[in-house]
Amino acid sequence: MSKHDTHADHHHEELPFWRKYIFSVDHKVIGVQYTITALVFLMFGFALMMIMRWQLAYPGQPIPFIGKYLGDTIALDGILSGDGYNAFGAMHGTIMVFLAIVPLGVGGFGNYVLPLQIGAPDMAFPRLNMASYWIYLPGGIIMLASFFMPGGAANSGWTSYAPLSVIATTGQTMWLLGMVFLITSSLLGSVNFIVTAVQLRAKGLSFFRLPFFVWAQLVTSFLLLLAFPPLEAAAVLQLMDRVAGTSFFMPTGLVVSGVEQAHLSGGGSPLLWQHLFWFLAHPEVYVLILPALGIISEIIATNTRKPLWGYKSLVYSAIFLGFMSFIVWAHHMFMTGMGTTLSTFFQATTMIISVPSVIILTCLIISLYGASIRFTVPMLFALSFLPMFAIGGLTGLPLGLTASDIHLHDTYYVIGHFHYVVAPGTIFAVFAGIYHWFPKVTGRMMNSTLGRLHWFFSFIFINGVFMPMLFQGMAGILRRQYDQSEQLHGASAQGLSVMVSWSAWLLFVAQIPFIINFFWSIWKGQKVGANPWEATTLEWAAPSPPPHGNFDTVPVVYCGPYEYSVPGKKTDFCPQHVVA
Amino acid sequence: MSAAVAIPHDMEPHPVTGMYNGKFGLWLFLASEVMLFGALFSSYVLLRMGAPEGTWPKHGAEILNVPLATFNTVVLITSSVTMVMAWAALKMNNIARGQLFLTVTFLLAGAFLVVKYFEYSEKFNHFEVWLKEPMVVDGNSVSSIRGHLAKDCPPLTKETHIRAFAIPEFILLDPDAPAGSKEHPPTLRIDGGNIRRISDFGPAHSTFLATYFTLTGLHGLHIIGGMVVILYFMLTGSRFAQKRPDKYADRIECTGLYWHFVDLVWIFLFPVLYLL
Amino acid sequence: MSHHEMTAEEVSHHVRTYLKVFGALLVLTVITVGVFYLHLPIVGAVVVALIVASIKGSLVACYFMHLISERGLIYWILALCALFFVVLLLLPVITDHEAVGTVTH
Ligand code: HEM
Ligand SMILES: [Cu+2]
Repeated sequence: MSKHDTHADHHHEELPFWRKYIFSVDHKVIGVQYTITALVFLMFGFALMMIMRWQLAYPGQPIPFIGKYLGDTIALDGILSGDGYNAFGAMHGTIMVFLAIVPLGVGGFGNYVLPLQIGAPDMAFPRLNMASYWIYLPGGIIMLASFFMPGGAANSGWTSYAPLSVIATTGQTMWLLGMVFLITSSLLGSVNFIVTAVQLRAKGLSFFRLPFFVWAQLVTSFLLLLAFPPLEAAAVLQLMDRVAGTSFFMPTGLVVSGVEQAHLSGGGSPLLWQHLFWFLAHPEVYVLILPALGIISEIIATNTRKPLWGYKSLVYSAIFLGFMSFIVWAHHMFMTGMGTTLSTFFQATTMIISVPSVIILTCLIISLYGASIRFTVPMLFALSFLPMFAIGGLTGLPLGLTASDIHLHDTYYVIGHFHYVVAPGTIFAVFAGIYHWFPKVTGRMMNSTLGRLHWFFSFIFINGVFMPMLFQGMAGILRRQYDQSEQLHGASAQGLSVMVSWSAWLLFVAQIPFIINFFWSIWKGQKVGANPWEATTLEWAAPSPPPHGNFDTVPVVYCGPYEYSVPGKKTDFCPQHVVA
Repeated sequence: MSAAVAIPHDMEPHPVTGMYNGKFGLWLFLASEVMLFGALFSSYVLLRMGAPEGTWPKHGAEILNVPLATFNTVVLITSSVTMVMAWAALKMNNIARGQLFLTVTFLLAGAFLVVKYFEYSEKFNHFEVWLKEPMVVDGNSVSSIRGHLAKDCPPLTKETHIRAFAIPEFILLDPDAPAGSKEHPPTLRIDGGNIRRISDFGPAHSTFLATYFTLTGLHGLHIIGGMVVILYFMLTGSRFAQKRPDKYADRIECTGLYWHFVDLVWIFLFPVLYLL
Repeated sequence: MSHHEMTAEEVSHHVRTYLKVFGALLVLTVITVGVFYLHLPIVGAVVVALIVASIKGSLVACYFMHLISERGLIYWILALCALFFVVLLLLPVITDHEAVGTVTH
């Protein structure tokens, strides 16, 4: 309990290993724990999809190498089964969104960087922070353990639409339990982030001197705080439906395989699930992208050696984006038979929300104008993020317009759309962030040649994966199909499926330089000092790696976050903690 | 815990919020709780508005026990008062009195749960039988009958597939006394062949009871959570308070905020579930 | 404002307020239950019950939770929360009720 130890105390203490690296309360250790765990989940989710891509490229053929190890329920005779495909698809989505991207963007980068950037010694509630991680991890393990349930893992899609999910196998119950853990973890985390960002800012660090990354995290935390509880409520209701025999989401008179499922109960509403789910899940997509935008902004400012263009517009746009994201959710439900007045309303809000997204993108692009750019590895990822995010955002517009959504809904076009935002978007931002802050975390640089290889091939193949999906979708190929070639338009689009699959497998190969680079650099990378990129924000004022408690002397802030190339200065950067 | 770094505003209020970290954090947490109960409340309204004719009770009191719930409302309000009194006592450095009020709060919370237990178990011993062909009970032709299983009725078994009771060969039911009378009609024998569905008054009975159990169950979990925290401070409090009285008062203030919120939720649940 | 530097006198003043609020809450509870036994038509019953509950809730929030003496930021955050809460409550209104509770073929 005692936080009254003086600041100097902690330098002398030697903690046992398990307190220092496993049950640590240090935000940096927790950030690294989140990052590593989430990267493992990312890899696992990717592996699931690589297996599914075999079925899509070569339907009905045995999966080479690993097919025989998957077990009879998932792959009989090495051929992926329909049930196996469904389970893999549902778990791919769930793992990627809830166990990989959010924990990377918020748990990993947010935890590590945010307290440093505001000059704080740690999070406001260090032990709560530790609890967040240790609730997230069991949540993830529960999710994965569901593969060993009778009937396999959850197989009703990452959206778990009722009534399908209510009558699904036991894996779905595990999914719901896992979600309750993950939501709880996120809620604790978001409370911690908001309190930290508001109350622990260093002296002189007013709100409009905060790096954009901190703003992005702050808005993200509010989204998590207020949007996640409705999904928690929905999960509780679905859990009741599954284990207590209620029928919140089960309509009266529903007959499945000749058995009436819910009678006389008063009747539930499958649409209620969709509403509660998307009330979270639309804000959730901004939870996926905002931290990425934060990371990219930092990297662009540092490597263009210019202040970000339109810092205030960026901040206001992020806030507006967060706010609007609560009133667009029904654009995922245009096809559920809602009235025209209502769909017009949600169409309008959806068009409005794309404005701040475009403002953010425009600010970042204008920031490049006239700069003498340093083409470092993080900057390459950041630069390629911009057009990828643009494609992702722009392909959202036809989906937000009801007339075109009738054609595009539930096709591969939707898959293409959101993957452009999260894969070459957020995941590229995550890579950029890893290359950018690696020297802070380890005190060593990552190898630049391997990094360039990683970037170049990832960039090529990731487009090979997602660009064809947009065309397949427009040709009418539906999502969540076990065998696309059986669909009427299939013939002409099958070649594209093969191309996508091969791109995906090659994308995996392109990650090998990264993996090698990551481990090699931890031990062998070139040693660097506190501020290798000559950046201005406070995290670079701390030693690399920063000790427990972060700063040698408590920093005081004298200027805004991106004072690069200020005329009349000796260096081309003025750190925030240096008197101008 | 040792090895702690000194966190700013751990105790002194921050100028922007006027709060110390813990209190600000607790308020944020409560905001998320509002959204949690809000979603459930909204689901309740949606399901009720959409319920087919005759599947929703006219008001909760038709099925639920209003006097018990009124009693519980008073218990919970009182516990809120004792909670805030505990904090006030600690602010005046009267630790013994603070601990006493804390203990009373804990006991009141326990009382609430005991009453809730009786309410719940009453529901699980009460049955409704929906008939295929109407039967005549007490001179009225009815299509569903409520009552308790007679002593010599063979036990019911759960059918897993549709998550309901299996239809037995026959049941022996003591029907409820009709409204306004105390006299029970004689025990009825109902043939399995005429039973469409049979259910206790548990969550599976109807969407109304499903909502009732989910909302009060979740609220009950919040009570239990609060009791655990209060118990912790009851046990460790006097040592803690001796060492750092002001910090201890802060902790109790935060616990209190949570506790009042739980009370506040009940203030809405009570009329919505029981009286409307 | 924070209650950190409160004098004993202020605290005992608070205590008197708490007791008054307690009394008010009890009276309001009696009113809610009393009104129920009048068996008003449904709309009236809902309106009365929700108004009384809101008054009780506000009393608890303002006095027991000291919201009345807090300042600035927390009001904004709670207002935001309240706004999204209202959006949530619109769910039933925007859902097509024909479709609830039955299977549409
Ligand atoms: C900027 C403007 C954006 C617009 C106008 C937009 C619009 C839409 C619309 C209307 C849909 C529903 C399509 C359908 O199911 O028929 C959709 C799906 C989706 N969007 Fe976006 N979006 C935008 C940005 C984003 C961002 C930034 C992300 C995430 C990082 C994202 C992630 C998703 C996801 C995950 C889905 C699919 C959910 C599913 O059905 O499984 N979108 N988008
Ligand atoms: Cu959306």
